[in-house]
Amino acid sequence: MTLNPDAKLPEDEKGTVVFNTDPLIIKSHYEIDYIHSYAEDSEFFRSLGKKKLMGSKCKKCGYVYATPRSHCMFCGSETEWFELPKKGKVHTFTTCYFSGEEFLNETPFNLVMVEFEGVNSLFMSRLIGAETSDIYIGMPVKAKFRRNQKMSVTDVYFVPDVEK
Amino acid sequence: MKYKGRNVYMVSGGVTKFTKSAPDMDFRLRVKKAFDYALNDAGMEIKDIDGSVASYFSDHFQRQLMAGIMVQDYLGLVPKPSKRIEGGGATGGLAFQAGYEEIASGRMDTCAVYGFETMSHVNTWKGNEFIALASDTNFDYPIGGFYTGYYAMMAVRHMHEFGTTVEQLAKVSIKNHGNALHNPYAQSPMKLTVDDVRNSPMVSYPLTRLDVCTMSDGAAVSILASEEKAFEITDHPVLVKAIGTGTDTMRLSDRPFGEVPLLPNESREDYRNLKYPGVHSFRAGRMAAKEAYEAAGITDPLNELDLIELHDAYTSSEVQTYEDLGLCRYGEGGKFIEEGKSGLKGKVPVNPSGGLLAAGHPVGATGIMQSVFMFWQLQHTVKKHFHDDYLQIPNAKRGLIHSHAGTGTYVTATVMEAVK
Repeated sequence: MTLNPDAKLPEDEKGTVVFNTDPLIIKSHYEIDYIHSYAEDSEFFRSLGKKKLMGSKCKKCGYVYATPRSHCMFCGSETEWFELPKKGKVHTFTTCYFSGEEFLNETPFNLVMVEFEGVNSLFMSRLIGAETSDIYIGMPVKAKFRRNQKMSVTDVYFVPDVEK
Repeated sequence: MKYKGRNVYMVSGGVTKFTKSAPDMDFRLRVKKAFDYALNDAGMEIKDIDGSVASYFSDHFQRQLMAGIMVQDYLGLVPKPSKRIEGGGATGGLAFQAGYEEIASGRMDTCAVYGFETMSHVNTWKGNEFIALASDTNFDYPIGGFYTGYYAMMAVRHMHEFGTTVEQLAKVSIKNHGNALHNPYAQSPMKLTVDDVRNSPMVSYPLTRLDVCTMSDGAAVSILASEEKAFEITDHPVLVKAIGTGTDTMRLSDRPFGEVPLLPNESREDYRNLKYPGVHSFRAGRMAAKEAYEAAGITDPLNELDLIELHDAYTSSEVQTYEDLGLCRYGEGGKFIEEGKSGLKGKVPVNPSGGLLAAGHPVGATGIMQSVFMFWQLQHTVKKHFHDDYLQIPNAKRGLIHSHAGTGTYVTATVMEAVK
């Protein structure tokens, strides 16, 4: 006989955070770790550890992307890896004083889109070592790389390309 | 691109008041309020609806997968056909077009398109993060995680390319927040000056707090019908004359530097030195407009459209969109607002409702909200629904609604026309 009318859930002291009672508003937690593959773009992230910024070049039409892109958006052909120049120019920029929660503690930070000689598209990155008033369109910048990689696109960032 | 389908009409609409946070109702009840308003206004009942399209953007905000079916269930529309449409900020515009297709194809004679978003489930910073997940999460999200940052970079380039000024951008904020003073459904009605806009906290240079829309809770419903049904339901349906949709690369970085796809009122000469779209313009917006204009037979949009409700998530994107829609040449958007051409009494009033900036932007509801406000304008029933006819455009006969996602990845343009 396993039937037990006295069965009882164990009580604990975890409770729930309540923000408001009418309507009843509670704190509901949610988090997750993904098993995230960079798949065909893996080489880009590995190369950042070798202080190389890799773009893509279409084997058929020759279009050069400043981003990893294993197939060409114009002709659909396969691309090959292409090492981008380390030096470029600011195509446009901003300084963020707010952000998503994850980056709030990094504000203010500069975002730039970098153009490279001989490359058809742009690369988005952070620019450090300059304030908003120092930055201008056409400003020479150069890529720098973290020594200890985080295996993220933030392993590369840009600094002003000026003599010390 | 030619499509031959049945004529599609909008026969009714409803919107909840958009607010920063309305925890007293969940998304189902909020849609129900807008749905009942629309049914009552048209004298319709649930049994008169053949099927539906659900419009909502983010499963992260909702923290509930399959929220669409929960609305379908709550409204009493099961077991009728329905589907969910999602395309970032353009979700509402795309869902409205999906409803159009249900009618045009002959599958349904009436279709309810319902949109909703409950953004107050998280605080603004988390909300920014959720929205930024609609940028490339390998390449763009880790850099900034912030859409205002991406738009600010586009604004900076627009200013560089064309000489647009922050004061011109501020005028969009003044116009839209000012229009909203007369829209009882709007979230942020405000009387502003250029100084107010420029002195509000900098969010992402050069965009300040008042250059940017806010998080909202809200719902909106449009009811579409075939010609036969439409005239049974109401003497004043509004024709959905034509739809257009454009797309562009997910990453802003991948936008090419090519030629402008021309509208009939433009020539190659106009843009001899312009590399397009770069990051200053929205090619998807241009393609959407081009498809819709061709289908509607519009060759001179500035003179053939009486009003526009467009996706002004940022003051800068309203200025950029004037140009994409061909209301002025590329580069003339700043002057267009400065000269008051998009004002309530201007050449073509833009966002008489207050737009996203001031009416609010509960993402999945936004594009539907635009269709409802446009419907009331073209029906000449603004006074009835707003209890104030200040915003009624006197000559409103033909209008355009425009919905926009990402950094301009999906954009829809839909032309609507009064039939009487």
